Amino acid sequence: MTTLHLFASQLLLAAEEGKAVELSDGGVLAEFAWLIPVVPLVLMFGIVFFGKRLPFKGWELAELSMAFVAVYGVALFAMNASEGIYYEGSVEIATIGSYVIEWGWIVDGLSIMMYAVVGVVGLAVFTYAKGYMEGDVRFTWFFAAFTLFAGAMLVLVSSPNMIQLIVGWELVGVASYLLIGHYWEDHANNAAAIKAFITNKVADVGLFIGVIIAGVTVGSFRFSDLLGAIEAADSALVDVAFWAGLALFIGAMGKSAQFPFHVWLPDAMAGPTPVSSLMHAATMVTAGVYLIGRVFPLYHDALFAVDVKTIIIVVGAATLLLTGLIALVQNDIKKVLAYSTLSQLGYMTAAMGAGAYTAGLFHLFTHAYFKALLFLGAGSVIHAVHSNDMSDMGGLRKSMPYTYWTFLVGSLALAGIFPLAGFWSKDEILASISYDASHGGGTVATVVLVIAIVGAFITAFYMARAVYLTFFGEYKGEGHPHESPRIMTYPLVGLGVLAAIAGFANMPGIFTGFTDWVGARLIPMGDHHAESIDFVLAGIGLAVALAGIGLGTRIWGPDRETQEARDTFRIAGLYPLLERKYYIDDLYLYGIVGPTKGPLARAADWSNTYIIDGVVNAFGAAARLLARVVYGGLDQRGIDLAINAVGAGTGEVGEGLRHAQTGKVQQYAAALFVGAVLLVVGFLIFG
Amino acid sequence: MTLNPFLVLASLLFSIGVYGVLVRRNAVLVLLSVELMLTAVNINLVAFGAHIQDTLASGQVFALFVLTVAAAEVGIGLAIVLLIFRNRSSANVDELDLMKW
Repeated sequence: MTTLHLFASQLLLAAEEGKAVELSDGGVLAEFAWLIPVVPLVLMFGIVFFGKRLPFKGWELAELSMAFVAVYGVALFAMNASEGIYYEGSVEIATIGSYVIEWGWIVDGLSIMMYAVVGVVGLAVFTYAKGYMEGDVRFTWFFAAFTLFAGAMLVLVSSPNMIQLIVGWELVGVASYLLIGHYWEDHANNAAAIKAFITNKVADVGLFIGVIIAGVTVGSFRFSDLLGAIEAADSALVDVAFWAGLALFIGAMGKSAQFPFHVWLPDAMAGPTPVSSLMHAATMVTAGVYLIGRVFPLYHDALFAVDVKTIIIVVGAATLLLTGLIALVQNDIKKVLAYSTLSQLGYMTAAMGAGAYTAGLFHLFTHAYFKALLFLGAGSVIHAVHSNDMSDMGGLRKSMPYTYWTFLVGSLALAGIFPLAGFWSKDEILASISYDASHGGGTVATVVLVIAIVGAFITAFYMARAVYLTFFGEYKGEGHPHESPRIMTYPLVGLGVLAAIAGFANMPGIFTGFTDWVGARLIPMGDHHAESIDFVLAGIGLAVALAGIGLGTRIWGPDRETQEARDTFRIAGLYPLLERKYYIDDLYLYGIVGPTKGPLARAADWSNTYIIDGVVNAFGAAARLLARVVYGGLDQRGIDLAINAVGAGTGEVGEGLRHAQTGKVQQYAAALFVGAVLLVVGFLIFG
Repeated sequence: MTLNPFLVLASLLFSIGVYGVLVRRNAVLVLLSVELMLTAVNINLVAFGAHIQDTLASGQVFALFVLTVAAAEVGIGLAIVLLIFRNRSSANVDELDLMKW
């Protein structure tokens, strides 16, 4: 029943320029990596059933699961850094026709990176959430759903086959639905949860189609078989590669909230801030980028879906520019960060589209730390002033020093200021797009490069605005804000350190460890890596970031005008467009949801009244008729008659026979003798 | 040894017994008639047993069993008759219709 397939204990990886790297199988550590998704899922049930009886109401189990994942993930990460790991284990669950459904775990550069990120960021966020959610009515339930969220993401990233990927993918969707709608007493939050779920579901259709095309063509749902078919230039796969690649990318667009599926992510801010933090950093939105990374050769190999790459880079560029602009006009601090996440996801997607596997994942890696940090910082501020609106904040620099300094580090990292994490990853992306522009990407890539540089400017600009409005000037809210408790500030400091140093994992020309770490895959990814720092491009990136901060300081700086005057900063024509989010939400609501909802409801009502009710009524009438026939004809006249006749006959026979029972002994004796004589005579005659 | 005289005797005794059982009204006499029928049967058993010269003498042994059973039966029968007589001041079987429906 249980078959273990072990793969590739000694694989050769031609990483760069024919330099062969030997991969190890990871030993015991990789063999037991299935614990990584299983432990959170098991502890989730523990929280549900026993959480309320525990001293910390279930939080300790959630924290334990994340601590386990963090330690395991970092241990694998360190091992991968020293020798490179590829291991794949599968347990067969069912066989359908020639297709095998399996549960498995993959331990390679990509998944190890995700384990470490989910574990480390998750640990920080779960610790922080203990303080943030204190006193919440559904404290235990929150941590159960939160653990499920992280566990589902680990199911997704540990999956060596596409079926399990879909299971994790949908579990992430369910958990996000539960968490976004955590404060369900408010109807708007329910609506946001449903919006996130439905938008994802629409995009998931693409994922399903992609998985079916790829799975049926290759004859297996395993990624290793798909990559094997790509390496062998399988001709059947070549024919369908474009559509498979496009469909998979549509699925990725939904989870990674790429334009035009981005609408759910800002609304997802309705959930508690720790949820936003984890969702934007490590789980959920990174799933799309992860999927593209998982099947990267499908897009990158010249024989296969290279045409989709153009679509990917264009979608990524559109997302990064359009959503970055919206972030400029948001007053809700969480929404600023949400649109900034969308913009950064646009960077990752554009990098993938430019054929830069490492650059895209590196940005995912660094972004996870500083975006988690920024959200937790925002949560800390919201915790203090009890409002999301930046016009209720200001001047928090002095009263909340930990939050201020860590938020500042996160903002500078996001803006891409040397030497913080964002500088290195953004520079790597710019370099990759620039390389693509001169190596077959053509005009599209050149335009995307310009957009990415403009995007860097916008990023610095809106982060400067957020920092100034929140931490500088006069406090405009009510009460006296205080620094958050230590259980919330310690994770901030921890993530602040990581946001500062994570970029050193990949410094072109100096240390390029990250390239090898995520390059530990079944087949070489074959993407371009920058050999050394491109000083011109890095200089431009840094210059526009500084310019953005400079302009932000001029407009929103503390010593300029009053808050009211700053808020009047408007660009005629553009501002309403941005405020209404390009009318895309309106388009969906009035263009798709509205026209669909009305007629669909009417059609459902009509079919219910006339078709379903008709069928049901007809069945009812037929049953009644049949019952009448059975009762009147068969039961009353047939069966009852026979039964009554038997009863009456028995009675009459008894009535007749009882006269023979005279009670006179001698009559009985006479009958006995007559009977005996008759028997004797009978035997004499017939015997 | 000839068998027939014994059979004739047994038949006569049995017939008298049957007559007594069917006709006499007194319960004691009915019981006595039953004894006559049993005696006829015993004669038959002993006569046939002697006739076939059975080495186990099973006819004679069986006659002894019948005697024993008959004694027990008469004991019970007379006890019943006695009780009925005490209750109803009569041992007339014609008047006993307790077992009527």
